[in-house]
Amino acid sequence: MMVDAAFSDPARERMLFARRLFVGTLVTLILSIVLSLRYFDLQISRYENFATQSNNNRVLVRPLPPPRGLIYDRKGKLVADNRPSYNLTIVPERSDDVEQLLSDLGQLITLSKRDIRRFRKNLKRRRPFEQTTLHVNLSEAERAILAVNGHRLNGAETSARLIRHYPFQDLFAHAIGYVGRINERESQTIESVKYSGTDSIGKVGLEKFYESQLLGSVGSEQVETNARGRAMRVLDRTAAVPGDNLTLYIDSDLQRVAFEAFNGERGALVAIDVETGGILAMVSTPSYDPNLFVTGISQTNYDGLLYSKDRPLFDRTIRGQYPPGSTIKPMFGLIALQNNIVTPDDRINDNGYYYFEGIERPWRDHNFARGGHGNGVNLSKAIIESCNIYFYGLGVKTGIDLLSNYGSQFGLGSTTGIDMPGERPGIMPNRAWKKGAHGQSWFNGDTINASIGQGFMLTTPLQLAVMSARIASRGDVRSPRLVKSINGVEQPSLQAEDSIEISAKHWDYMHQAMEDVVHSSRGTARSISKGLDYRIAGKTGTAQAISIDAEEKYDSSKIDKRQWDHALFVAFAPVEKPKIAIGLIVENGEHGGSSAAPIARAVFDAYMQSQQSTTLVRR
Amino acid sequence: MHRDDFVRQLSSPGGDRRPSRVLHIDIPLLLLLLILCGIGLTVLYSASGQSIFYVKRQATFMLVGLFSMMIMAQFKPRFWERGSALIYVGGLASLVAVLFFGVGAKGAQRWLDLGFTRFQPSELMKIAVPMMVSAYLSKRYLPPQFKHVFFATMATLLPVFLVAKQPDLGTSLIIFSSGFFAIFLAGLGKRYLISTGLLALAAVPTLWFYVLLDYQKQRVLTLLNPEDDKLGAGWNIIQSTTAIGSGGWSGKGWTQGTQSQLNFLPESHTDFIIAVLAEEFGLIGVLTLLLVYLLLIGRCMVIALNAQTMFSRLVAGTLSLTFFVYIFVNMGMVSGILPVVGAPLPFISYGGSAIVTLFCGFGILMAISTEPKRI
Repeated sequence: MMVDAAFSDPARERMLFARRLFVGTLVTLILSIVLSLRYFDLQISRYENFATQSNNNRVLVRPLPPPRGLIYDRKGKLVADNRPSYNLTIVPERSDDVEQLLSDLGQLITLSKRDIRRFRKNLKRRRPFEQTTLHVNLSEAERAILAVNGHRLNGAETSARLIRHYPFQDLFAHAIGYVGRINERESQTIESVKYSGTDSIGKVGLEKFYESQLLGSVGSEQVETNARGRAMRVLDRTAAVPGDNLTLYIDSDLQRVAFEAFNGERGALVAIDVETGGILAMVSTPSYDPNLFVTGISQTNYDGLLYSKDRPLFDRTIRGQYPPGSTIKPMFGLIALQNNIVTPDDRINDNGYYYFEGIERPWRDHNFARGGHGNGVNLSKAIIESCNIYFYGLGVKTGIDLLSNYGSQFGLGSTTGIDMPGERPGIMPNRAWKKGAHGQSWFNGDTINASIGQGFMLTTPLQLAVMSARIASRGDVRSPRLVKSINGVEQPSLQAEDSIEISAKHWDYMHQAMEDVVHSSRGTARSISKGLDYRIAGKTGTAQAISIDAEEKYDSSKIDKRQWDHALFVAFAPVEKPKIAIGLIVENGEHGGSSAAPIARAVFDAYMQSQQSTTLVRR
Repeated sequence: MHRDDFVRQLSSPGGDRRPSRVLHIDIPLLLLLLILCGIGLTVLYSASGQSIFYVKRQATFMLVGLFSMMIMAQFKPRFWERGSALIYVGGLASLVAVLFFGVGAKGAQRWLDLGFTRFQPSELMKIAVPMMVSAYLSKRYLPPQFKHVFFATMATLLPVFLVAKQPDLGTSLIIFSSGFFAIFLAGLGKRYLISTGLLALAAVPTLWFYVLLDYQKQRVLTLLNPEDDKLGAGWNIIQSTTAIGSGGWSGKGWTQGTQSQLNFLPESHTDFIIAVLAEEFGLIGVLTLLLVYLLLIGRCMVIALNAQTMFSRLVAGTLSLTFFVYIFVNMGMVSGILPVVGAPLPFISYGGSAIVTLFCGFGILMAISTEPKRI
């Protein structure tokens, strides 16, 4: 720097700077003249043109909101469509006297006090020349009256728009979800141009997951308006492109059968097409009418749904996490067989108690009162009669690491990747998980609890159905899907490259054992076998909603029904060539065999019947 | 801080004792700024749909700005010269921090949340880059050698890149031009100027295919054919040119602009506010505002020419030329001759941080203008 300074010539540098600054000033002036000329061109040369556009007939560009894509079930029945709705709106700037207008309107149609109150409230928040809604859902007669008197109702307008409609009401509420008004948080994240003219957005379920496909793209319309801003004629139009139509795997008839089979009980059912992973039915009860949300639900209605003890808004199929109970026994049995930990010939003696080395207190079976399942219990018998003692030993011998690794291949412990938002992962516990969640080491007691699907284990009904489908398909790892095709374009089935590695003979053995759960005389689900002309394989389960001490006896008559055990059932049919797999839970239903299995039977029956009729038609 | 950095020395012998000199105020500059603020608040009242709320807030920002300007003016240019590297590095660090911890809306991360307030590092860089480049080059033998030009260019491009990444094209353009002006005023050789021009031309396809995001490309395409995008940026251009054009010679009168009052004009109180002024005050209003701007820039040029050190000269010259870029980009985009990038009109558009930054820049100019002359 000193060297530089020694050679520097301040006077010369200053001159250089002055010259450069002069150039800069010159460019600034030239560009200023360019700007001035541009404004002169706009404001003076083309003044007439713009003044006409602005003053006499204003050209207004109006967005044309696209109709939202429709949703069909697999047979082409509409499960979500759009219906026209007519609202009465007011633009005060275009009226001479708003109060007079209100009283005039009040004489023509019935305006409730709430309408007026809400109108006045919204009036304060709107921007100038924005339409403010006064009355929603005008009837045909009201529209006619308003049209006839239109000439003396300056400022009042009838505006038509399409609103979402769910013809099946509460039947598909959780799977399809609903659209609702765009709220403040959403308006910050959406692209406002795409939503101009649209005031609703998918909130939950498919409506949310497929929002970008269902939305469509907005069109526009240039209209000439008079000095008051009333549209006089349309100059130019770019049509909106409707949203994509979705076709579901769901069969609405099957869905109805499943929904009605619950007969008012709380619970959830998921039925999966084994071949494709498509969801055939997806029910969470109790349900609600999604139409209530479309134009804004009233606070009373909303509070009623939100605070109901039965939690109708809660989607039990993907968000309800329950202990799977004995329904995971077939899966654990397969794992133990594949890893040569047990063979079909290994038998134990079950007296109702299981003692683990070094622990004084025994684990007991649910039917320990009868003195256990007796002598010679092998894996098959342990599945058919749901023997816990057998599985305690099997679990401890297999170890949690194997159970957990394989368990995740069957779909447990992580989200299944279904095309719905908000799915919960459940818990497939292992050492690392317990360390992370509880900060404790894994104990053998934990393995014993896990081996009958209790303890830390949690699954969603969707996961149970997925597990059931993977057993039915002999290890195909396929993600469940609701949407079969978009705009008629078939969506690919999502299948993992590797199927679960279990030998064919073990699948055969387990399918047989599960068939015997339903069809043998000692099976826990034998009650549903009556009159069956096809074969079902299944497994019942019971999950404790409260914990019972080893010495105490579970007695449903002594406790509140909301604390009764949950009843579960996983099953698939027909056994020879499985097509449909089900996972379901009846909350506080007590026994899988008596309350859950009959629901599955109803769905299977309906499915088999529809299969038969379609085959007949084809022939 | 050096002992005599803080130059408010009341008893300097033979010093100028006029109050404006003692307080380090450049009277013409202050008057022109106040005129601009006055015009700004007047137009804002109309543009915001006659909202006194916006006017009050904007006036508060202006007071904060004026106050910051006065503080900045109290330090000797020498202090700013020495501090420029530190400010630059701090600004750069916070720009990097924005990439990781930044907050913002609609896909752009521009703010750092400091808990008690929010801070926009890109605003700081609008001043830090010209100071840094000026401080660096003023220490060299001028015109600068190749390696000095190279380092100065790197010091400019780094923040330009980081800001463009946020993405904030308007601000990165401003920062880029401020760095370029400093190098240009320092006497960048004609060879470099020509090769830079050629390089810039060659860079256009690269920018188009690799740097510009889809929506930014859309803006450029919209400029060429606004009819294609009637509901988005094209709509803004159609409406703003209509608003400007319908203003004529003398305009429709204050708060009487139909385009702006009827909400045909989007962003009317921020980036597109010049359209409101043009509609309501006509070409006369536009030219008057432009004249005030040019007078202000002219005063800054005079300050630059009379400055005591090369650093002061470069900073003053750079800030005044950059100030014109703000005006040209904004008035150009609203009238449809430049693509729409987010660029406010200085002192007229609503927005707090831009106003405070501008005033800080003029604070440094005042410090330069009121530095006692060396004999």
